Amino acid sequence: MPTSTSKYQYVACDPTKCIGCQICEYVCSYTKNDEFNTYRSRIRTVRAHKILMTAVACRTCENAPCVIACPRDALTQDPVTGIIHIDANRCDGCAWCIEACDFGALSINPETKLAEICDLCEDLEEGPQCVKWCPKEALELSTPDQRAQRARHKLVTEEAVRAK
Amino acid sequence: MNGYSGKILHIDLNKHKTWVETKPEKWYQTYIGGVSMASRLAWENIEPGCDSLAPGNVTCLAGGLFAGTPVPVGGKYGMASKSPLTGFIGDSLSGSWLAVSFKRAGWDGIVVHGASDEWVRIFIDDDKVSFHDASHLLGLTSTETEEAIRDEYGDDQVRTACIGPAGENLVRVANVSNDGRKAGRTGQGAVWGSKKLKALSIRGTGGISVADPETLLKLSYDILQAAQGPHTQKYRILGTTANMLNMNRLGLLPTRNYQAGVFEDAELVSGEYLHEHYKAKTIACAQCPIACEQVGQVKEGSFAPAMGHIEYESLYALSSNCGVGDMEASIKAIANCNELGLDTMSTGVTISWAMECYQKGVFTEEDFKCEKYPEGFEAEFGNGEAMVTLTEMIAHREGYMGDLLAEGTKRASAKVDEERDTETYKWAMNIKGLETPGYDARSLKTFAVGLAAGVRGGCHNRSAAYDPDIKGWVDRFSVDETRGELAKSTEEYAAVYDTLPLCKFIRRCFTGKADREGAWPAIAKLINATTGWEFEYDDVDLIGERAHTIKKAFNIREGWTREDDHLPWRWQHEPMEGGPSAGYVVTDEELEYLKDIYYKAKGWTKEGLIPEEKLIELGMEDVAEEIGV
Repeated sequence: MPTSTSKYQYVACDPTKCIGCQICEYVCSYTKNDEFNTYRSRIRTVRAHKILMTAVACRTCENAPCVIACPRDALTQDPVTGIIHIDANRCDGCAWCIEACDFGALSINPETKLAEICDLCEDLEEGPQCVKWCPKEALELSTPDQRAQRARHKLVTEEAVRAK
Repeated sequence: MNGYSGKILHIDLNKHKTWVETKPEKWYQTYIGGVSMASRLAWENIEPGCDSLAPGNVTCLAGGLFAGTPVPVGGKYGMASKSPLTGFIGDSLSGSWLAVSFKRAGWDGIVVHGASDEWVRIFIDDDKVSFHDASHLLGLTSTETEEAIRDEYGDDQVRTACIGPAGENLVRVANVSNDGRKAGRTGQGAVWGSKKLKALSIRGTGGISVADPETLLKLSYDILQAAQGPHTQKYRILGTTANMLNMNRLGLLPTRNYQAGVFEDAELVSGEYLHEHYKAKTIACAQCPIACEQVGQVKEGSFAPAMGHIEYESLYALSSNCGVGDMEASIKAIANCNELGLDTMSTGVTISWAMECYQKGVFTEEDFKCEKYPEGFEAEFGNGEAMVTLTEMIAHREGYMGDLLAEGTKRASAKVDEERDTETYKWAMNIKGLETPGYDARSLKTFAVGLAAGVRGGCHNRSAAYDPDIKGWVDRFSVDETRGELAKSTEEYAAVYDTLPLCKFIRRCFTGKADREGAWPAIAKLINATTGWEFEYDDVDLIGERAHTIKKAFNIREGWTREDDHLPWRWQHEPMEGGPSAGYVVTDEELEYLKDIYYKAKGWTKEGLIPEEKLIELGMEDVAEEIGV
């Protein structure tokens, strides 16, 4: 079961809106690696069934299991943004972080053999490129609290309409 | 070379060996990809005159120029072989991840030669090719096959094209399935079956490099944004199923095997009805921001929990065309075709032919004996259960009727007429052996010649000549001297999209205008940013003419003559009954005149052959040597 109790923002996908097009993967791999290659994307779409699909990236867990699992202390979490940083000089590609992640959000770069993870495009003013490109607005950068708040608002609005 | 690897992979199933062929840049500039490159590979590698189900036939796959890049709707590939239905070129187009995988594995095209002694599946892992026993996959549906192979490798990005039971049984209306999409028409599945090729899986881990990624991204982003606006609204909400009521209003909706053009229960099998009661989700092909595919599911009753991909062409064939006004039966029949590996259109039109035979007393209940109904059943129009049962019988060639209908309308009617001294060919709705699409062409006079002359047979995807008729640019009920040029220009327009390939549903998203002036300059920019070439408007336009010409050349080499450009007997001799299109036929005189002006517009001879100089002008000198006149 997912263990995320993130208080941070992360790229979340609404599975009812996701159409499984993988455009997020193309854009991510180009942004991060200068090539169009879904194997090198830090966000991954998943099609579990004909109509069940979503995209998964780092969920910026508190007390992130990937950070704890790393035997070489290569992973650290920014206390302000929750973003996981990987120190390429320390990482040796052992993949313990991958095993520790409940979301399958980390991957090993096939060329460098080092771990990679979504960093919310923190170096770009526009923010995450996958969110910018998602044609169905299925991806958004938000915290679980923000989404819960919105769900409550939606519920109240619907109930008010029904009561009319 | 950007956008291409320059390499074609050849696989020989006789000896389980492979070799690599390199192609020069000029070859790519001429044939580009998709159906054009696939057809060219078929032209180069097939044994002319071979039986379509013999080892001399080949199955050719050609990738997309834009596959694996962010260019919207560019994730498609073309497939070609000699069609078991028509004996001419069988070319098909399918969307999705297989196209992307094989581009990323470093192949521009794949040609599978020969036939295996035992059932085999192929795995292409980047540049490594391996052959695997497929006996444990026999009988599995298309989804089951794909999942079994994906599970074996534990990698979602291993993509598979495969046949279902129908292809294994050499059903001539069988398709090839990948990622839930199909290389649907012309019987590609039977060709795979004849090679004992159950599945071809590809894992491509390489990246795609393009000449000018920044420009390509910018162009792609603008198209992606436009694709969320009014230009694709129809496709996003109802998908192609919106056409059910549109065609019904015009009196063009095939009803009871094209006996009528207005279906009294059309509302019950409309896209709107599907949307309201049965829609599970709308999904997309690879790299598509539109998402038009309507997944429909039956939630309760005897057809639950059937789930099918519902397109207009599947729906007309397996609802109104069989007189069936029950959406649940249609979803079940379409789901059966999807899973068993049958072309929904040819299957539906073949079933409706059998239903008309039953209606007219040619067939009786007994002819429909099967395991489920040992005494047979009443196969009258409107019987949804009969329609559904027949899809299963066809896929398994079960009983007399399953085995007969598995041959498609042309062969089935010839056999029955021979055995029973009947004239069932009069309602066998095919052109060159390929069953007709969801538009009754008796009152679509431009489309009539587009269909008759269609190189792969009766097809709405290759000839877009219904557009001028339906949109009212011309009087659809009559014939005039403009129709030859119109049929030429619309089929070559469609061929540009089928060759790049790009899905045609994006056609208004470049500039808001779908015509050549609106689309070609934008497409030229996409091509140039990908390849580094300097294509202009005319170069884009030529893509379509060349694509069409190589397919026509293939047919000529296989013995095509002017008589092969025909229409179904019914459309020429039985006036449409009822509705806004009542009373029309396409007379012999009209059809022959239309063919004359169409061949002239194409620059061909009166016999419909291609002059040498025309082929040389198109840069197809070697083709000119073989079939030019």
